[in-house]
Amino acid sequence: MVSTPTAPAETTRANAPAAAGGLTAWFAVQIANLGSFALSRVAGIGDVTIFSLKTLGWIVSRRQRRDVLLPSFYQIGVLSLPVVALTGLFIGMVLAVQSFAQFKALGLQTRLGAVINLSLVRELGPVLAATMLAGRVGSAMAAELGTMRVTEQIDAMESMGANPIYYLVVPRFLGCLILIPTLTVMADFMGVLGGYLYSHLLLGIDYHHYWNNSREYVDAFDFLMGIFKSFFFGAAIALVSCHRGFNCTPGAEGVGRAATNAFVHSFVLILVLDLFLGIGLDNVHDFFRPEGPRRLL
Amino acid sequence: MPTTNTNRLDATKPMLLEIAALSVSFGKQDVLRRISIDIPTGQTLVILGESGCGKTVLLKTMIGLVRPSEGGVRLEGSSLAHMSEADLGHMRTRYGFVFQGAALFDSLTIADNVAFPLREHTLLKEPEIREIVSALLTEVGLPGSVGQKKPVQLSGGMRKRVGLARALALDPHLVLYDEPTTGLDPIMSDVINELMMRVRSREHVTSVIVTHDMISARKVADRIIMLYPLTRLGEDEEQLVFDGTPAELDRSTDPRICQFIEGKAGARLTEMRDEQARADAAPAATGNP
Repeated sequence: MVSTPTAPAETTRANAPAAAGGLTAWFAVQIANLGSFALSRVAGIGDVTIFSLKTLGWIVSRRQRRDVLLPSFYQIGVLSLPVVALTGLFIGMVLAVQSFAQFKALGLQTRLGAVINLSLVRELGPVLAATMLAGRVGSAMAAELGTMRVTEQIDAMESMGANPIYYLVVPRFLGCLILIPTLTVMADFMGVLGGYLYSHLLLGIDYHHYWNNSREYVDAFDFLMGIFKSFFFGAAIALVSCHRGFNCTPGAEGVGRAATNAFVHSFVLILVLDLFLGIGLDNVHDFFRPEGPRRLL
Repeated sequence: MPTTNTNRLDATKPMLLEIAALSVSFGKQDVLRRISIDIPTGQTLVILGESGCGKTVLLKTMIGLVRPSEGGVRLEGSSLAHMSEADLGHMRTRYGFVFQGAALFDSLTIADNVAFPLREHTLLKEPEIREIVSALLTEVGLPGSVGQKKPVQLSGGMRKRVGLARALALDPHLVLYDEPTTGLDPIMSDVINELMMRVRSREHVTSVIVTHDMISARKVADRIIMLYPLTRLGEDEEQLVFDGTPAELDRSTDPRICQFIEGKAGARLTEMRDEQARADAAPAATGNP
């Protein structure tokens, strides 16, 4: 029947041995909590890994339907293009503003094009496109899938013998994976354009020197390095966001938390991946060009 | 303790669903404990119980949407625990599930929602699918024009009927209903009851209905079982407090059953307040040094 009442607390601070026991118990509880936290993190990583493997499994095992893919591609690619272009334009101009004073002090303002364009194609273009995608699309995916989880639409799909990962995750994953390079190219292009327009029109940098220096210090490897990294960013955004949505807790608060976590976790993962991919790709660059990195100064 | 055991109401019919010593826990919270029920083919079983007693969890466990922590479920003789995900998916095509909130896909039209299982599991051509969808919508009393609308444009009763039409699309052997009349006006509730009875009259269709609507239960049930919340039971007490016919339910003298049938709060509010007070006091008892 009704559960038995909890025994009243007998431990008091005045009772020294009991207090000592209480302290030990408190430490034991803290250690148990720490262990439980570590276990839940490991289980979480395992869960994301299984989720990712299932997604990859469905990509190769069953052909995607055009009517399912196209709306996802439109949402992820086409609708993200304006915001990526706009932010790319501004980030290029900001780079010009921030770098100009330093380079002018050294009398190297004509090399502004090299530093702006190198920063853009190697780092800022891919990271900016990925961040915008995580903010605009990743959060929306987590919220949409979270709402589907909360309103039992994912259960309904399963109850009809349809696999929710195949229907809901794979199109979003492919959309992010395939279209993030195009968004990166757009961010690169608009950034380069913004940087040049600001440098030339407002800072008075000579057209010829600007582009000549850019050509000298930025090569295809730098551009392709950015594009290569973007594939990993796109995959990470899709998997993290969809996983957050699938594991959404009930209620409006749960959906909100899923959307926020999707962005925060994706963004952290983008930066971590950027670091390790940057190190790895620099080693690849050094392998093929043992003369070492080109120097701007 | 069950007042009667009508687990095998009709021994001549084969068992569609066999649930043996089923327990379900979510983390540290036990929801179902040692539930055993056999459901013969063609039976309409109603599961009654208070909110939070595990009715929906039991329903979802029946088709493998929730994995049991102990015990097992056998559907048409096959154990769900030993099925691969693909086999489970294939098996689910023979069952229909009507969700509490209908669970229609927001991004699809009504017609696409009803057509979803047909497109997923059959090789029918589009004109044939459209014909079947139209017939299903008519069967649940909806005009064909509804097909082009999105779920958000429909009322709760209409959404539930679309949910039923979608569940019937593959001509299922077993239909599971999760609180089909909750949130509907009395007339619409009775429309849903009539539809459930119409489905029941189909040959070989077995129905399992989770509800706390006594009018609905009495009207459609061949057999009723009642679950009791584990939080209100002792360790050795059975969670399945009733298993019998609607007439037997009305004759029951078990105070827990009578309280539910009559819809009386009794001392429940006082008990809930006491429980909350104890829960609030518990952290203080195990407080930090």
